[in-house]
Amino acid sequence: MSNDNQFELWEVFIQSKSGQPYVHAGSVHASDSAMAMQNARDTYTRRGAATSIWIAPSNCFKASNPENNDMLFEPANDKIYRHPTFYNMPEGATHI
Amino acid sequence: MNTKEALLNYILRLGDDALIIGHRLSEWCSRGPILEEDLALTNLSLDYIGRAQALLKYAAELKGNNYTEDDIAYRRPESLYYNHLIVETPNKDFAHTMVRQLFVSAFEFQFFDALQKSKDPQLAAISAKTLKEVKYHLAHATDWVIRLGDGSPESHDRMQKAVNQLWMFTGELFEMTEVDFQLLKEGITIDLVPIQIQWQELVADVLNKATLHQPTTSYMQSGGLHGKHTEHMGHILSEMQYLQRAYPDAKW
Repeated sequence: MSNDNQFELWEVFIQSKSGQPYVHAGSVHASDSAMAMQNARDTYTRRGAATSIWIAPSNCFKASNPENNDMLFEPANDKIYRHPTFYNMPEGATHI
Repeated sequence: MNTKEALLNYILRLGDDALIIGHRLSEWCSRGPILEEDLALTNLSLDYIGRAQALLKYAAELKGNNYTEDDIAYRRPESLYYNHLIVETPNKDFAHTMVRQLFVSAFEFQFFDALQKSKDPQLAAISAKTLKEVKYHLAHATDWVIRLGDGSPESHDRMQKAVNQLWMFTGELFEMTEVDFQLLKEGITIDLVPIQIQWQELVADVLNKATLHQPTTSYMQSGGLHGKHTEHMGHILSEMQYLQRAYPDAKW
């Protein structure tokens, strides 16, 4: 149990519609995955708009270091040719 | 008593159960053991108050004379509330609240499952909607009763005390009055004898997993179905009805 006496921290991801990506909703405290699932349901789905929940212990996540942002992300900023915006779309194609 | 009068009394019983335990659970707001459980308890409370609204609205329709669900909820004297006594018992600690929830939700789970087949279409529809909520309430309460019963020596001790103190209020859940028997003949209500057997099995299983002992005492409190309440009821009503009594017809 952590020092704040509120159990371990879990990250919660909610899918709002079948087929949609899971979006990070926030975190909850819980002593195990079963309690985390109930707490996630009660904390983040009470106003509706959920079809599925993922939870994972917060300490399983590895975050990128902001100090490395110039190395990791900046080189991509001037490479607009990586965006698929240079193609002529066939007329009538609506789902591309 | 004609069918309509019997039905009104029965609907009030169901509505009052939901209203009073909903109020009790709302007393946890901002007092939960952790933030997440605070939200869970107020979610539970709102489920109950929503159910109370649906049922008391139906009761108001049966009463006629432009009665509304608010009149019924906030302007009756204590002796005209017909809820079971267990729903008015004080929250005390989290152990009491969760044991009460287990006892009530285990009953409601069997009860509303059966009442879905009521010949009264409105009662059947409310039961079907309620059952989904009750399934979660039961899962949540079961989870906590097992965790705390089979937890630390202190949590076990508090849970056992709560079980012992609340046990005498469980018998009333299966009490049938003349209203029940009258409506049973018409297929509107259900026989509570099989419900009691299912309840006993379910609760015994949870208590067993929670390493808690089931009390052997057979003395059971009753009176709620006839408007005779515990000393706690007046306090609940004085708080719940305060606004309507002090400022009749107050609007937001």
